[in-house]
Amino acid sequence: MVMKLFKGWGKKFFSALFKSKENVKLGFYGPPNAGKTSLANRICQDWLGEDIGVVSKIPHETRQIQFKEKVSIERNGKKIEFKLIDTPGIATKIDFEDFLGFGMKKKEAQTRAKEATHGIIESIKWLDDMDAVVVVLDSCENPYSQVNITIIGNLAARKIPVLIVANKIDLKKSDIKKIGAAFPEYKVVGISVKSGEGIDNFYGEIFKLVKKAK
Amino acid sequence: MAKKDMKNNKDLTIHFMPYSEIAKLESLQRIKKLIGLVLEGKIIILQGRLTAEEQTKLIENTMTLIGNIKGFQGVEISTLSGEEDQSMFDKVRHNIARILVGEQDAITLIGPASVVKDIKRDPKKIELMLKRR
Repeated sequence: MVMKLFKGWGKKFFSALFKSKENVKLGFYGPPNAGKTSLANRICQDWLGEDIGVVSKIPHETRQIQFKEKVSIERNGKKIEFKLIDTPGIATKIDFEDFLGFGMKKKEAQTRAKEATHGIIESIKWLDDMDAVVVVLDSCENPYSQVNITIIGNLAARKIPVLIVANKIDLKKSDIKKIGAAFPEYKVVGISVKSGEGIDNFYGEIFKLVKKAK
Repeated sequence: MAKKDMKNNKDLTIHFMPYSEIAKLESLQRIKKLIGLVLEGKIIILQGRLTAEEQTKLIENTMTLIGNIKGFQGVEISTLSGEEDQSMFDKVRHNIARILVGEQDAITLIGPASVVKDIKRDPKKIELMLKRR
Protein backbone atom coordinates (compact mmCIF):
# COMPACT_ATOMS: atom_id res chain seq x y z
CA MET A 1 0.00 0.00 0.00
CA VAL A 2 2.77 2.41 0.96
CA MET A 3 4.81 1.37 -2.09
CA LYS A 4 1.78 2.01 -4.29
CA LEU A 5 1.41 5.48 -2.78
CA PHE A 6 5.08 6.20 -3.33
CA LYS A 7 4.87 5.00 -6.90
CA GLY A 8 1.86 7.23 -7.57
CA TRP A 9 3.54 10.24 -5.99
CA GLY A 10 6.76 9.59 -7.89
CA LYS A 11 4.91 9.28 -11.16
CA LYS A 12 3.06 12.55 -10.55
CA PHE A 13 6.27 14.34 -9.56
CA PHE A 14 8.22 13.29 -12.65
CA SER A 15 5.35 13.84 -15.04
CA ALA A 16 4.88 17.33 -13.62
CA LEU A 17 8.56 18.02 -14.33
CA PHE A 18 8.47 16.93 -17.94
CA LYS A 19 4.85 17.25 -18.99
CA SER A 20 4.03 20.23 -21.17
CA LYS A 21 1.50 22.66 -19.63
CA GLU A 22 -1.51 22.51 -21.87
CA ASN A 23 -4.56 24.71 -22.28
CA VAL A 24 -3.00 27.67 -20.49
CA LYS A 25 -4.65 30.86 -21.68
CA LEU A 26 -1.97 33.53 -22.03
CA GLY A 27 -3.35 37.02 -22.59
CA PHE A 28 -1.62 40.08 -23.95
CA TYR A 29 -2.90 43.24 -22.32
CA GLY A 30 -1.89 46.86 -22.22
CA PRO A 31 -2.65 50.34 -23.53
CA PRO A 32 -3.12 50.97 -27.27
CA ASN A 33 -0.01 51.10 -29.49
CA ALA A 34 2.33 49.49 -26.94
CA GLY A 35 3.07 46.60 -29.32
CA LYS A 36 0.87 43.77 -28.08
CA THR A 37 -0.07 42.50 -31.52
CA SER A 38 3.45 43.07 -32.84
CA LEU A 39 4.81 40.91 -30.02
CA ALA A 40 2.08 38.30 -30.49
CA ASN A 41 2.95 38.25 -34.21
CA ARG A 42 6.63 37.77 -33.38
CA ILE A 43 5.83 34.75 -31.19
CA CYS A 44 3.50 33.26 -33.79
CA GLN A 45 6.01 33.80 -36.60
CA ASP A 46 8.87 32.30 -34.56
CA TRP A 47 6.94 29.20 -33.51
CA LEU A 48 4.06 28.76 -35.97
CA GLY A 49 5.27 30.58 -39.07
CA GLU A 50 2.23 32.88 -39.27
CA ASP A 51 0.86 36.15 -37.88
CA ILE A 52 -2.04 36.56 -35.46
CA GLY A 53 -3.14 40.01 -36.55
CA VAL A 54 -2.56 43.26 -38.42
CA VAL A 55 -0.42 46.03 -36.96
CA SER A 56 -0.17 49.72 -37.77
CA LYS A 57 0.91 53.01 -36.22
CA ILE A 58 -2.72 54.06 -35.88
CA PRO A 59 -3.95 53.37 -32.32
CA HIS A 60 -6.67 50.77 -31.80
CA GLU A 61 -5.67 48.70 -34.84
CA THR A 62 -6.67 45.59 -32.88
CA ARG A 63 -10.34 46.01 -32.10
CA GLN A 64 -11.32 42.39 -31.53
CA ILE A 65 -9.96 39.57 -29.40
CA GLN A 66 -7.59 37.44 -31.51
CA PHE A 67 -6.58 33.88 -30.72
CA LYS A 68 -3.89 31.42 -31.65
CA GLU A 69 -4.46 27.92 -30.30
CA LYS A 70 -1.66 25.58 -29.23
CA VAL A 71 1.36 27.84 -29.48
CA SER A 72 4.37 25.72 -28.51
CA ILE A 73 7.65 27.12 -27.30
CA GLU A 74 10.67 24.86 -26.80
CA ARG A 75 13.71 25.77 -24.78
CA ASN A 76 16.56 23.67 -23.38
CA GLY A 77 14.71 20.43 -24.04
CA LYS A 78 11.53 21.64 -22.34
CA LYS A 79 8.29 22.59 -24.00
CA ILE A 80 5.31 24.69 -23.04
CA GLU A 81 2.05 25.06 -24.89
CA PHE A 82 -0.54 27.76 -24.51
CA LYS A 83 -3.42 29.53 -26.17
CA LEU A 84 -2.29 33.02 -27.12
CA ILE A 85 -4.96 35.69 -26.72
CA ASP A 86 -4.25 39.14 -28.13
CA THR A 87 -6.59 41.83 -26.84
CA PRO A 88 -7.54 45.35 -27.95
CA GLY A 89 -5.65 48.06 -26.08
CA ILE A 90 -7.52 49.45 -23.09
CA ALA A 91 -8.15 53.19 -22.87
CA THR A 92 -10.47 55.43 -20.87
CA LYS A 93 -11.29 57.72 -23.78
CA ILE A 94 -11.74 57.45 -27.54
CA ASP A 95 -12.07 60.45 -29.85
CA PHE A 96 -12.64 59.66 -33.50
CA GLU A 97 -10.97 62.97 -34.41
CA ASP A 98 -7.63 61.50 -33.30
CA PHE A 99 -7.81 59.11 -36.26
CA LEU A 100 -8.34 61.92 -38.78
CA GLY A 101 -4.71 62.90 -38.29
CA PHE A 102 -3.71 59.58 -39.85
CA GLY A 103 -5.48 60.41 -43.09
CA MET A 104 -8.74 58.66 -42.27
CA LYS A 105 -12.09 60.04 -43.44
CA LYS A 106 -14.67 61.08 -40.84
CA LYS A 107 -17.05 58.15 -41.29
CA GLU A 108 -14.20 55.62 -41.26
CA ALA A 109 -12.79 57.26 -38.12
CA GLN A 110 -16.17 57.16 -36.38
CA THR A 111 -16.58 53.48 -37.23
CA ARG A 112 -13.09 52.75 -35.93
CA ALA A 113 -13.86 54.61 -32.69
CA LYS A 114 -17.08 52.64 -32.21
CA GLU A 115 -15.28 49.34 -32.86
CA ALA A 116 -12.53 50.37 -30.45
CA THR A 117 -15.04 50.94 -27.63
CA HIS A 118 -16.52 47.47 -28.20
CA GLY A 119 -13.02 46.01 -28.26
CA ILE A 120 -12.17 47.55 -24.90
CA ILE A 121 -15.33 46.15 -23.34
CA GLU A 122 -14.39 42.70 -24.67
CA SER A 123 -10.84 43.04 -23.35
CA ILE A 124 -12.14 43.77 -19.88
CA LYS A 125 -14.60 40.87 -19.99
CA TRP A 126 -11.85 38.46 -21.00
CA LEU A 127 -9.66 39.34 -17.99
CA ASP A 128 -11.52 36.76 -15.92
CA ASP A 129 -10.63 33.95 -18.31
CA MET A 130 -6.87 34.42 -18.39
CA ASP A 131 -4.48 32.00 -16.67
CA ALA A 132 -1.48 34.31 -17.11
CA VAL A 133 -0.98 37.72 -18.64
CA VAL A 134 1.79 39.55 -20.42
CA VAL A 135 1.28 43.28 -19.91
CA VAL A 136 2.94 45.09 -22.79
CA LEU A 137 3.94 48.69 -22.11
CA ASP A 138 5.62 51.26 -24.33
CA SER A 139 8.89 51.96 -22.52
CA CYS A 140 8.91 55.51 -23.93
CA GLU A 141 5.61 56.40 -22.27
CA ASN A 142 4.80 57.30 -18.66
CA PRO A 143 4.07 53.99 -16.93
CA TYR A 144 1.99 55.61 -14.18
CA SER A 145 -1.13 55.92 -16.33
CA GLN A 146 -4.35 54.85 -14.64
CA VAL A 147 -4.99 52.32 -17.40
CA ASN A 148 -1.76 50.47 -16.57
CA ILE A 149 -2.48 50.60 -12.85
CA THR A 150 -6.06 49.41 -13.39
CA ILE A 151 -5.05 46.47 -15.60
CA ILE A 152 -2.32 45.31 -13.24
CA GLY A 153 -4.48 45.93 -10.17
CA ASN A 154 -7.22 43.75 -11.64
CA LEU A 155 -4.80 40.96 -12.42
CA ALA A 156 -3.38 41.13 -8.90
CA ALA A 157 -6.90 41.01 -7.42
CA ARG A 158 -7.63 37.89 -9.48
CA LYS A 159 -4.22 36.40 -8.53
CA ILE A 160 -3.30 35.99 -12.19
CA PRO A 161 0.47 35.76 -12.76
CA VAL A 162 1.85 38.73 -14.67
CA LEU A 163 4.93 39.48 -16.71
CA ILE A 164 5.50 43.10 -17.67
CA VAL A 165 7.16 43.66 -21.01
CA ALA A 166 8.73 47.04 -21.72
CA ASN A 167 8.70 47.32 -25.50
CA LYS A 168 10.48 49.73 -27.82
CA ILE A 169 13.79 49.73 -25.92
CA ASP A 170 15.51 50.49 -29.22
CA LEU A 171 14.20 54.06 -29.03
CA LYS A 172 16.15 56.91 -27.38
CA LYS A 173 13.26 57.92 -25.12
CA SER A 174 12.98 54.42 -23.66
CA ASP A 175 13.21 54.27 -19.87
CA ILE A 176 12.81 50.73 -18.60
CA LYS A 177 13.96 51.70 -15.08
CA LYS A 178 10.90 53.94 -14.73
CA ILE A 179 8.65 50.97 -15.49
CA GLY A 180 10.51 48.86 -12.94
CA ALA A 181 10.08 51.64 -10.36
CA ALA A 182 6.36 51.96 -11.12
CA PHE A 183 5.73 48.22 -10.68
CA PRO A 184 8.43 46.94 -8.33
CA GLU A 185 6.53 43.76 -7.41
CA TYR A 186 6.67 42.48 -10.97
CA LYS A 187 9.29 41.10 -13.30
CA VAL A 188 9.95 43.59 -16.10
CA VAL A 189 11.55 42.43 -19.33
CA GLY A 190 12.89 44.95 -21.82
CA ILE A 191 12.48 44.09 -25.49
CA SER A 192 12.30 45.60 -28.91
CA VAL A 193 9.94 43.66 -31.13
CA LYS A 194 11.23 45.74 -34.04
CA SER A 195 14.93 44.92 -33.60
CA GLY A 196 14.56 41.58 -31.79
CA GLU A 197 16.56 42.76 -28.79
CA GLY A 198 15.66 40.89 -25.60
CA ILE A 199 13.34 38.39 -27.31
CA ASP A 200 15.31 35.35 -26.19
CA ASN A 201 15.23 36.49 -22.57
CA PHE A 202 11.49 37.18 -23.02
CA TYR A 203 10.90 33.57 -24.08
CA GLY A 204 12.73 32.40 -20.96
CA GLU A 205 10.40 34.52 -18.82
CA ILE A 206 7.34 33.21 -20.69
CA PHE A 207 8.37 29.72 -19.63
CA LYS A 208 8.42 30.78 -15.99
CA LEU A 209 5.11 32.64 -16.36
CA VAL A 210 3.23 29.73 -17.94
CA LYS A 211 4.54 27.40 -15.24
CA LYS A 212 3.12 29.70 -12.55
CA ALA A 213 -0.29 29.66 -14.26
CA LYS A 214 -3.03 27.37 -12.97
CA MET B 1 -31.66 54.30 -27.53
CA ALA B 2 -32.23 58.00 -28.10
CA LYS B 3 -28.98 59.88 -28.29
CA LYS B 4 -28.46 62.29 -25.44
CA ASP B 5 -26.14 65.25 -25.36
CA MET B 6 -23.39 65.85 -22.88
CA LYS B 7 -23.78 69.15 -21.01
CA ASN B 8 -21.65 71.80 -22.63
CA ASN B 9 -20.93 74.14 -19.74
CA LYS B 10 -18.69 77.07 -20.46
CA ASP B 11 -17.83 77.30 -16.77
CA LEU B 12 -15.44 74.83 -15.23
CA THR B 13 -16.85 73.09 -12.16
CA ILE B 14 -14.73 71.14 -9.75
CA HIS B 15 -16.74 68.85 -7.50
CA PHE B 16 -15.05 67.87 -4.24
CA MET B 17 -16.48 64.59 -3.04
CA PRO B 18 -15.71 63.24 0.43
CA TYR B 19 -15.44 59.47 0.75
CA SER B 20 -18.59 59.39 2.86
CA GLU B 21 -20.64 60.25 -0.26
CA ILE B 22 -19.82 56.90 -1.83
CA ALA B 23 -18.86 54.78 1.19
CA LYS B 24 -22.27 53.19 1.62
CA LEU B 25 -23.05 52.80 -2.06
CA GLU B 26 -22.80 49.56 -4.00
CA SER B 27 -20.12 49.50 -6.71
CA LEU B 28 -22.54 50.09 -9.59
CA GLN B 29 -24.18 52.95 -7.75
CA ARG B 30 -20.80 54.56 -7.13
CA ILE B 31 -19.94 54.36 -10.79
CA LYS B 32 -23.33 55.71 -11.82
CA LYS B 33 -22.92 58.67 -9.47
CA LEU B 34 -19.45 59.49 -10.74
CA ILE B 35 -20.36 59.13 -14.41
CA GLY B 36 -23.43 61.28 -13.82
CA LEU B 37 -21.24 64.14 -12.62
CA VAL B 38 -18.79 63.64 -15.47
CA LEU B 39 -21.64 63.86 -17.98
CA GLU B 40 -22.48 67.25 -16.44
CA GLY B 41 -19.02 68.34 -17.50
CA LYS B 42 -17.65 68.40 -13.94
CA ILE B 43 -14.23 67.43 -12.71
CA ILE B 44 -14.43 65.29 -9.59
CA ILE B 45 -11.86 65.28 -6.82
CA LEU B 46 -12.77 62.25 -4.78
CA GLN B 47 -11.39 61.55 -1.36
CA GLY B 48 -10.50 57.90 -1.66
CA ARG B 49 -10.28 55.50 -4.57
CA LEU B 50 -12.25 52.98 -6.52
CA THR B 51 -11.24 49.36 -6.30
CA ALA B 52 -9.49 47.86 -9.33
CA GLU B 53 -12.71 46.11 -10.33
CA GLU B 54 -14.71 49.32 -9.97
CA GLN B 55 -12.20 51.09 -12.19
CA THR B 56 -12.67 48.51 -14.93
CA LYS B 57 -16.44 48.77 -14.52
CA LEU B 58 -16.09 52.54 -14.88
CA ILE B 59 -14.11 52.06 -18.10
CA GLU B 60 -16.69 49.56 -19.40
CA ASN B 61 -19.55 51.93 -18.69
CA THR B 62 -17.63 54.81 -20.22
CA MET B 63 -17.05 52.86 -23.41
CA THR B 64 -20.76 52.02 -23.62
CA LEU B 65 -21.64 55.70 -23.42
CA ILE B 66 -19.18 56.90 -26.07
CA GLY B 67 -21.10 57.20 -29.30
CA ASN B 68 -24.44 57.19 -27.46
CA ILE B 69 -23.95 60.52 -25.70
CA LYS B 70 -23.12 63.31 -28.15
CA GLY B 71 -19.92 65.08 -27.23
CA PHE B 72 -18.81 62.42 -24.74
CA GLN B 73 -15.34 61.09 -25.50
CA GLY B 74 -14.67 59.23 -22.28
CA VAL B 75 -12.88 60.14 -19.07
CA GLU B 76 -9.49 60.98 -17.70
CA ILE B 77 -8.86 59.39 -14.33
CA SER B 78 -5.95 59.18 -11.95
CA THR B 79 -5.47 58.14 -8.32
CA LEU B 80 -2.74 59.33 -6.02
CA SER B 81 -2.15 57.51 -2.79
CA GLY B 82 0.48 57.84 -0.14
CA GLU B 83 1.77 54.34 -0.71
CA GLU B 84 4.70 55.10 -2.98
CA ASP B 85 8.17 54.71 -1.43
CA GLN B 86 6.77 53.21 1.74
CA SER B 87 8.63 50.67 3.81
CA MET B 88 7.08 47.25 4.29
CA PHE B 89 6.09 48.22 7.85
CA ASP B 90 4.39 51.41 6.62
CA LYS B 91 2.52 49.44 3.96
CA VAL B 92 1.21 47.00 6.59
CA ARG B 93 0.11 49.95 8.77
CA HIS B 94 -1.53 51.51 5.75
CA ASN B 95 -3.41 48.34 4.88
CA ILE B 96 -4.67 47.98 8.45
CA ALA B 97 -5.89 51.59 8.40
CA ARG B 98 -7.58 50.92 5.09
CA ILE B 99 -9.45 47.94 6.54
CA LEU B 100 -10.63 50.08 9.47
CA VAL B 101 -11.64 53.29 7.72
CA GLY B 102 -12.03 52.24 4.09
CA GLU B 103 -10.29 53.47 0.99
CA GLN B 104 -9.90 57.05 2.20
CA ASP B 105 -6.15 57.27 1.97
CA ALA B 106 -6.01 58.43 -1.63
CA ILE B 107 -7.24 61.16 -3.96
CA THR B 108 -8.86 60.33 -7.27
CA LEU B 109 -9.35 62.81 -10.10
CA ILE B 110 -11.99 62.04 -12.71
CA GLY B 111 -12.97 64.35 -15.49
CA PRO B 112 -14.61 64.27 -18.92
CA ALA B 113 -12.07 63.86 -21.71
CA SER B 114 -13.79 66.75 -23.53
CA VAL B 115 -12.67 69.08 -20.71
CA VAL B 116 -9.54 67.39 -19.38
CA LYS B 117 -6.77 67.09 -21.93
CA ASP B 118 -4.61 64.85 -19.78
CA ILE B 119 -3.91 63.84 -16.22
CA LYS B 120 -0.20 63.21 -15.82
CA ARG B 121 0.79 61.11 -12.91
CA ASP B 122 4.19 60.77 -11.38
CA PRO B 123 4.91 58.67 -8.34
CA LYS B 124 4.20 61.59 -6.04
CA LYS B 125 2.01 64.05 -7.87
CA ILE B 126 -0.84 64.46 -10.33
CA GLU B 127 -0.98 67.25 -12.92
CA LEU B 128 -4.29 68.11 -14.50
CA MET B 129 -4.19 69.67 -17.96
CA LEU B 130 -7.36 71.25 -19.29
CA LYS B 131 -8.34 71.74 -22.90
CA ARG B 132 -8.40 75.29 -24.20
CA ARG B 133 -11.96 76.57 -24.57
